Amino acid sequence: MLQFSFWDILSNLLIATQWTIVLSLIAFFCGGIVGLILLFMRTSKIAALEWFTKIYIEFFQGTPLLMQLFLFFFGIALFGFEVSPWAAATLALTFWTSAFLTEIWRGCVEAIPKGQWEASSSLALSYIEQMRYVILPQASRIAVAPTVGFSVQVIKGTALASIIGFVELTKAGTMLNNATFRPFLVYSLVALIYFCLCFPLSWWAKKIEGRLNVAR
Amino acid sequence: MSYKLQFAELLPYWNVLLYGLAFTIVLTVVSTVAGIAVGTAGAAARTFGPGWLGRVVAVYVELIRNTPFIVQLFFIFFGLPALGLKLSETTAAFLAMVINLGAYSTEIIRAGIEAVPKGHIEAGLSLAMSKWEVLRHVVLNQAFRKIYPALSSQIIIVMLGSAVVSQISAEDLTYAANFVASRNFRNFEVYLLAALAYLLLALLTRSLLRALGRVIFKAR
Repeated sequence: MLQFSFWDILSNLLIATQWTIVLSLIAFFCGGIVGLILLFMRTSKIAALEWFTKIYIEFFQGTPLLMQLFLFFFGIALFGFEVSPWAAATLALTFWTSAFLTEIWRGCVEAIPKGQWEASSSLALSYIEQMRYVILPQASRIAVAPTVGFSVQVIKGTALASIIGFVELTKAGTMLNNATFRPFLVYSLVALIYFCLCFPLSWWAKKIEGRLNVAR
Repeated sequence: MSYKLQFAELLPYWNVLLYGLAFTIVLTVVSTVAGIAVGTAGAAARTFGPGWLGRVVAVYVELIRNTPFIVQLFFIFFGLPALGLKLSETTAAFLAMVINLGAYSTEIIRAGIEAVPKGHIEAGLSLAMSKWEVLRHVVLNQAFRKIYPALSSQIIIVMLGSAVVSQISAEDLTYAANFVASRNFRNFEVYLLAALAYLLLALLTRSLLRALGRVIFKAR
């Protein structure tokens, strides 16, 4: 019978951690791009676009991420496409991330004084130009801390991809547990690895936040 | 798309789904009450307790906030029996929820406590109130008023996160949806219905908490 030593368990978990990191990065960057598009729609003052984004955000923030994963996994299959857990997880996490990032960034945009909008529109800047040259450069300064903070939620969110069969850190932990029957050790290590991924980000987010407060 | 959605096939299972919904609601209510109690104790320990206790609480908070809920759940349900502590799936689900919300609410309530001006505490003490009386009548009621919105959204986040307890076969709404899907293979229909139920529950919880907040924190 195959025996697993402590180092076998740890090295297998670390290999799977790469997939957690890859999935987190893809979800975060794709979610950021979709979120930016949604942000433009949300603050556009065009009623139809604002309503669409409101419903979109309400749906993705008001339902469990797990349900969204299931819906993508089984929903796309209805159209006759073969869906890999990888594709379903990427799509669901991207849309979920975008909904939260849009709301975070909207808060930052709304924190910019109204005079900035008025001044830039009196200089004949279009809405896109106002956002690009006046509002976003200022809003992005206050957006960094909550965005980094949210990236921790993204990493933790990828753990749910294990449920639809994507092999990342949590799934690898379950598989190793089934092979070794050492749940305490395996899940302690899994938790520890997640902690090592997330804690520096949490700490960094807190630090940036503190620095912003001093600047005022 | 040639596929036709067939929601009628879910009808025979309405009682399974309703039971799951009730389980999710009870799980949320119980863990909210117990979690906030843990959070209040944790926040008080961090701000007024001895230094070592504050550090223990800080480690607990950071450990929980920086690991996924599903891993905490698996650790409690699969890991703890190795130490001789066997829990049923329902107990494990409740325990994991309380521990999780406890950590988040510790951090939220602590922020509220730190926002209470120091002069108020000193004023209370100089009126010969005991430390406990100051905590109860001066600090906590002001702190809760300030952090009530943040706490409300955390409760909703935890409620949505509770979908994960289905993975240790605690019989919540997601478990019921999985069960129905495994019987009639109408995966998309049942998950769509469950997702809408969660959405409705989230909206309902939000307005309920808002109304409750208006009653508790009436403008004096």
